[in-house]
Amino acid sequence: MTSSFAERRPASLVAGVRAVINKDLLLEWRSRARVNATIFFAFLTLLLFLFAVGPDTHIMAQSAAGYLWLAVLLSSVLSLGESFRMEAENAALEGLRLLPVDPKAMFLGKAIANTLFLFLLAVILVPVTVAMCGVEVQGSLMHGVAILFLGAAAISAPGTLYAAIASQVRARDVLLPLLLFPVLIPAIIGAVKATKLLFAGDPMGDLGRWTALLIFFNATYWLLCLLLFGRVVEE
Amino acid sequence: MVVQLNNVSKRYGRRWALVQLTFAIPEKSSVLLTGGNGAGKTTLLRMLATSLKSTRGEVRIFDKLSGVDNDLIRPRLALVTHDSHLYDDLSAEENLSLVGHFLPWVDMRRMGDILERVGLAPRRASAVRGFSAGMRRRLCMGRMLLVEPELVLLDEPFGQLDPPGVALVEEIIREVQQKQVTLVMSTHDVERGEALCDHHLHLKSGRVLRAVEPLGEPGEATRIAQELEARGGWH
Repeated sequence: MTSSFAERRPASLVAGVRAVINKDLLLEWRSRARVNATIFFAFLTLLLFLFAVGPDTHIMAQSAAGYLWLAVLLSSVLSLGESFRMEAENAALEGLRLLPVDPKAMFLGKAIANTLFLFLLAVILVPVTVAMCGVEVQGSLMHGVAILFLGAAAISAPGTLYAAIASQVRARDVLLPLLLFPVLIPAIIGAVKATKLLFAGDPMGDLGRWTALLIFFNATYWLLCLLLFGRVVEE
Repeated sequence: MVVQLNNVSKRYGRRWALVQLTFAIPEKSSVLLTGGNGAGKTTLLRMLATSLKSTRGEVRIFDKLSGVDNDLIRPRLALVTHDSHLYDDLSAEENLSLVGHFLPWVDMRRMGDILERVGLAPRRASAVRGFSAGMRRRLCMGRMLLVEPELVLLDEPFGQLDPPGVALVEEIIREVQQKQVTLVMSTHDVERGEALCDHHLHLKSGRVLRAVEPLGEPGEATRIAQELEARGGWH
């Protein structure tokens, strides 16, 4: 025996989170076709919004932030659903639970991996949105990165929780957006307003307030979802 | 006693899968679990693995209460079931490495030898997606060897295996028994199971018809299982 049974303690929370992130990112890398499809879907959604509005560059520029975040939100349903489809296949999630992996490490690892993917998606979409909508970006790069990251994180936390719930039912593809979108409305409003100020300028100094609101929603979402996740993944 | 069930029932929707089970499994014993399709064998094994909660009654594993002390129970057991708990997009080696990331006490230097042992060394770098059902079962047995559990739960371990695979699993079971591990194994191949086990538990329609009794002369389990099934009773 390599150790006595009394000595057997699972990995620390940090080590567990790191292992889940590494696993999820490796799985995303291995299934690059699915990742590419999600990115393509986001581009397509953005294009469809622009075609629907028509050639009025003024309206396009005014609504650019909204189109950007709606494209990220709609694409997130695909990527979040996919992250738990991989766990449902062969009941891999049950395997993780029985190892045992701390549900908190499972949640944080998966939610951080999802945040990284959605952040990357938003970063890819920004130059396309800027170019197609004729936006002249006024805000700083650091502010931009912070807003995109906070927006991605705000989608990821409840998205990870609801994807875990939806993965256990037959109508998972329908259930996920039905559960997720209503919860995300305040965070999406915050992300859109903050991004709009970055694009169009912030003469009234409102960016800080919208950023603070995004931080508040993130803290609430991440804390609540962290507490609830264990109940969702246990039977 | 390693396992103690007290008046345990399990319900899925309106259907009772297990009804008022009361039995105990002594330490270092090997229990053959028999019963027809739908008798509740898989449900019972998953309940012993703490993956399922009982609807009524109390399940104690290693004298710890299932559902309350899962973190103390799970590091000491391994479940090999129809669901492989493997990630299809990861290789055999990567799937086993995951165990090491989450369970710091596991000696990962043994991984190469274990892959050799289960006959998967030549395919160590291949994605599990391309593996046959029998190869997946071999990999699951390899993972069980890596974890070195105190309680081994095997659900149809000979299913989907070719003759060399069956011989390998038999050999692994005997090796595990030599390490004074408690074993619970369900199989429809009662004769083979009887040769490996020293106790017998028979389920029918979720009820215990023979509760963990020592096996006597060869063929006893086969004869008793046939008699109990032919007797009729609960449906």
